[in-house]
Amino acid sequence: MTGSQNKQRKHMVLLGLVAVSMFGFAYALVPLYEIFCDITGFNGRTFSQTTAAEAPSEAIGREVTIQFLAKVGRGMPWEFRPTESRMQVRVGEVSETRYYARNYANQTVIGQAVPSVTPGFAAPSLHKIECFCFTQQSLEAGEEVEMPVRFYVDDDLPADVGTLSLSYSLYPVSASKMTSVPIEEVAAVHTEEHAAVHTEEHP
Amino acid sequence: MIAHAETIPPARHPLVSFILRWTLTTNHKEIGTLYLSLSFLLFLIGGAMAMIFRAELAEPGLQFVAADFYNQMVTLHGLVMVFGAVMPAFVGLANWMIPLMIGAPDMALPRLNNFSFWILPFAFFMLLSSLFMEGGAPNFGWTLYAPLSTTYGPPSTDFLIFGVHLMGISSILGAINIIVTIFNLRAPGMTLMKMPLFVWTWLITAFLLIMAMPVLAGVVTMMLTDRHFGTSFFEASGGGDPLIFQHVFWFFGHPEVYIMILPGFGIASQIIPTFARKKLFGYPSMVYATVAIALLSFVVWGHHMFATGMPLATELYFMYATMLIAIPTGVKVFNWVATMWRGSMTFETPMLFALGFVVMFTIGGLSGLMLAIAPVDFQYHDTFFVVAHIHYVLYPGAIFATMAAVYYWLPKWCGNMYNETLGKIHFWTAVVALNLTFFPMHFVGLAGMPRRIVDYALPYTGMNTFASFGAFLLGATQILFLYIVIKTVRGGEKATDQVWESAEGLEWTVPSPAPLHTFETPPRVD
Repeated sequence: MTGSQNKQRKHMVLLGLVAVSMFGFAYALVPLYEIFCDITGFNGRTFSQTTAAEAPSEAIGREVTIQFLAKVGRGMPWEFRPTESRMQVRVGEVSETRYYARNYANQTVIGQAVPSVTPGFAAPSLHKIECFCFTQQSLEAGEEVEMPVRFYVDDDLPADVGTLSLSYSLYPVSASKMTSVPIEEVAAVHTEEHAAVHTEEHP
Repeated sequence: MIAHAETIPPARHPLVSFILRWTLTTNHKEIGTLYLSLSFLLFLIGGAMAMIFRAELAEPGLQFVAADFYNQMVTLHGLVMVFGAVMPAFVGLANWMIPLMIGAPDMALPRLNNFSFWILPFAFFMLLSSLFMEGGAPNFGWTLYAPLSTTYGPPSTDFLIFGVHLMGISSILGAINIIVTIFNLRAPGMTLMKMPLFVWTWLITAFLLIMAMPVLAGVVTMMLTDRHFGTSFFEASGGGDPLIFQHVFWFFGHPEVYIMILPGFGIASQIIPTFARKKLFGYPSMVYATVAIALLSFVVWGHHMFATGMPLATELYFMYATMLIAIPTGVKVFNWVATMWRGSMTFETPMLFALGFVVMFTIGGLSGLMLAIAPVDFQYHDTFFVVAHIHYVLYPGAIFATMAAVYYWLPKWCGNMYNETLGKIHFWTAVVALNLTFFPMHFVGLAGMPRRIVDYALPYTGMNTFASFGAFLLGATQILFLYIVIKTVRGGEKATDQVWESAEGLEWTVPSPAPLHTFETPPRVD
């Protein structure tokens, strides 16, 4: 093999490596965007999952409005809606709301709720202590339930944000991806505690 | 293969010889001809699709086609024109001209060259046969957005994906071939800064290709696995996001549109100095401007996504970065004009097409600058204003540059001059037709007519009727062009080796028609 052919082969291999790397780069963009969106809160997908112990002990801050939204995904035979469309909370105050769900199908259906917070840059400030979105939810045929969300707004909320929107999209879970906890367990713990707090305002 | 008089050719039926010659050739000139022929065929097919949807849009209401078929035509028109007409045409020109311009006997990797070409007929056969499959052809636009393509696309979408894989492989291998050729096979004395600009723009385009096409391959593979193998890259219910499709697609898509124009810039830089009888103004700045455009093309993809709800800071960044590209582009336009300043000019057909390119590509660039302004893009996005922009940069841009190159170099390829009168008729009819077709789209777009719709509100009628009339006229000019090319290849006034009085470059030192093998000994370049 002559020197020039060697050089050509070297170029070919190098360029081929560039092409293959860019193919890998396309796939790498998926986790890269995840990281970028987690850090910046863009896309409202930062999910701040915290515990009751970490919640501030008293409400200290200004009033903020939280709006609640729901969307039923394609192929999901449930009614799914918030029980109240908005709530005034103080920054730092632990609050709770409930979402109503009813399975209209003839068999048990498992759903997964995916939350989203708008505006996206405020998403890291909304901390959920408990949420039905943490786990898959299973409802038997015709069963209905109210599912709680407990949360607080951190005082790192940007000063120009007066309203936050929390939206859940509910999607069906296929049999192969089941990891569900029966909703009764989750609901039972809170029925006693919050029966008094329960409100029935429709969106 | 069977070229030398010394060997005794095996007794073969002429048809067999013909087929073997053209399927097995590793010669850059023959492969260039193959690419150009395929590209023109696909250009006519893509154009026929445009005739169908322009016929439908000539009047409000649904006259000729069902809405879904209309969407299939719009989708395939885009795919065929982008991947089947513009890109193979430029590759064909590269194959013919790069070895000639650098004094090389052939491309560095001749067998890879053959393979790169022959992938394409298979890829397009697959793509076009989707029209006859159950569910019809893909109908979600050439940009393939999820979830319309992944969740709701017809079964033939998978064939589209495989077709795109094949076209991508062809482009990437071709680009590798071009880079290796340019880096290794230049004649002694031809430094990089002495290369003709067509070679420079193709060198840069080849780098764009090997960096961008694999990203397209990645995103369509993600589409495939989302459709059939249980992934959810673009499916919110599985933790994915349709928006990331747009990010990854346009990360490819923006360099792609520069791939579709940079060789055209190179062609203009070859033709204008010849017919102005003056050296190209600002050779180094032309090279640097092209490099700047190529680098910038990788960091502006978000301007296709201004209306998706991106944060303000992101919109501002992409707006400023996109506007920045206008500067090196402006440098190039200025340099072409400066080349003509105090030049001694004649206006043969190649020059007409090259000048039409400069003027009307600039118009397309100006509408692009308008689209780059994020706040007003909210009005323009997904309207016919975008359609006007892309067709001004693609038709008077890429296509005119290709036609200019064909008129310029055809005498070298086949040894005959084209008919100048017919060439001029082609040019002027095309100018009238394309402006009649695409200029009204600025107006209806600004007035709010969306793109990719089968029917429109009544007030848009007048401009649409004009546009459809122009489109049919434009279609007719293609037949004229085909006639001119075939007529020239078959015979005509004999061309000299120099062909054009003031043309410079190694390609003019070989006979017309160029023999199958040229520069078997490298020339010395001073």
